[in-house]
Amino acid sequence: MLLLRCPYCGVDCDETELSPGGEAHLKRFGPGSEDADFEGYLFQRENPKGVHFERWRHANGCGKWFHAARCTVTLEVFGTYSAQLTEPPQDIKDAITAKRPGWHWREFA
Amino acid sequence: MKRYSAFAIAREALRDHMGWTRAWESPEPRAQYDVIIIGAGGHGLATAYHLGKEHGITNVAVIEKGWLGGGNTGRNTTIIRSNYLQDPSAAIYEKARSLYETLSQDLNYNVMFSPRGVIMLAQTEHEVRGYKRTAHANALQGVATEYIGPQKVKELCPIICLDGPRYPVLGGLWQARGGTARHDAVAWGYARACSDMGMHILQKCEVTGVKTQNGKVTGVTTSRGDIGCNKMGIVVAGNSGHLAEMAGFRLPVESVALQALVSEPIKPCMDVVVMANTVHGYMSQSDKGEMVIGGGADGYNNYTQRGSFHHIEETVRALIETFPMISRLKMLRQWGGIVDMTGDRSPIISKTPLEGCFINCGWGTGGFKAIPGSGFAMAELMATGRSPLAAEFGMERFREGRFIDESVAAGVAH
Repeated sequence: MLLLRCPYCGVDCDETELSPGGEAHLKRFGPGSEDADFEGYLFQRENPKGVHFERWRHANGCGKWFHAARCTVTLEVFGTYSAQLTEPPQDIKDAITAKRPGWHWREFA
Repeated sequence: MKRYSAFAIAREALRDHMGWTRAWESPEPRAQYDVIIIGAGGHGLATAYHLGKEHGITNVAVIEKGWLGGGNTGRNTTIIRSNYLQDPSAAIYEKARSLYETLSQDLNYNVMFSPRGVIMLAQTEHEVRGYKRTAHANALQGVATEYIGPQKVKELCPIICLDGPRYPVLGGLWQARGGTARHDAVAWGYARACSDMGMHILQKCEVTGVKTQNGKVTGVTTSRGDIGCNKMGIVVAGNSGHLAEMAGFRLPVESVALQALVSEPIKPCMDVVVMANTVHGYMSQSDKGEMVIGGGADGYNNYTQRGSFHHIEETVRALIETFPMISRLKMLRQWGGIVDMTGDRSPIISKTPLEGCFINCGWGTGGFKAIPGSGFAMAELMATGRSPLAAEFGMERFREGRFIDESVAAGVAH
């Protein structure tokens, strides 16, 4: 059972209280964009075996969206942060580097 | 390879069973093969088998990081059916189902194919309409299914409760020649047949990198040394994204955990497979008497082969409404497999941006039933560059918007 802390209401909630929202920090492409960019935005995913960034919603709680940094191999949670951020904050990156030296995820490392 | 037969059993019985040989060889890797298949699960081994059988390519290595059949091939609920709505899906799954009919004879290995029949329950008005539509589509596709009423469902499966508290059984989609098979035996049978053709099955050999030259694949680096190849097939289900990263391209795939569980063994009580997609649970009885139960997948990326406990609770809670007699059963074992879900919930059998590299993935929550057809199509694609069965399953369909939308057709991941 995953336990994530909602960065808005501060509650430690288990996954039945949350809705998973898929990969985080997608760059959106709309009308007028290249086919390859649009395909990438809609379908292609990092799907990493290791460090991953995701969107979650505190559905049965405050209802707000937030971000989580997680390891898909060990289910370890490195931290959660605001949905307003376009990339992981430095303290989360540092927490990951401490435990997974040399990690990479798209352009964030 | 010594053929298995009633005569062979009698002969071995007379000499203390000392004459049986290993079902497949465990050779040292060669430096170079014509074809490398990564992943010795059902799909990978079936691909190798059909490369040899139909296309005469036998200088093949099937590379496996663990032991063969140890991934999703050994973790599924063994259901075989082909009652799909869309033409490309019905074609490949029906090809697979028809190959399963004679697989034991073809491989000279008993895969225990049991065409006991599959019912997909209709428990809402929408499902009634959906399954009637599927039955009509199947009639046009040449897949033998029929829509049946609730009394026929009760006749086929007496332990079912038609007037469930939330979702009464209104009817069902019945495929009489669907059923189950012994999942491990499918992998073992293919492995034995491949080994007999001179192919190498390299277990405990993990691929750590893909070697390329001028945009073309030339080999792999593995935990047992470098191995060269002319063509490479990636058939690794949940780890597809990981291998694609090594090969330098991205996939429209996400890996999630799907769970199954079995109960304590009980006397025979149901001789069909029942799937209830509205409440999301499915059940059949194994030859040992265990009730084999499957349910929903987790909603988030995961490589742990475990899965979340609350999914078991949801699945079992739903099934108890439809099968009240299982409420006192103890559950014996639970396990998870990592399934690769594509954007349209249909598989990918495709060339890739890397020349000479092919990929077969995205079977998601329903790969076991497709193994022989998937192997047949993948082998044809790898050998000749083109396969009518695989034509619609290319990965370019996501860019071109030609989805095979079984997710909507099935109502759930399928």
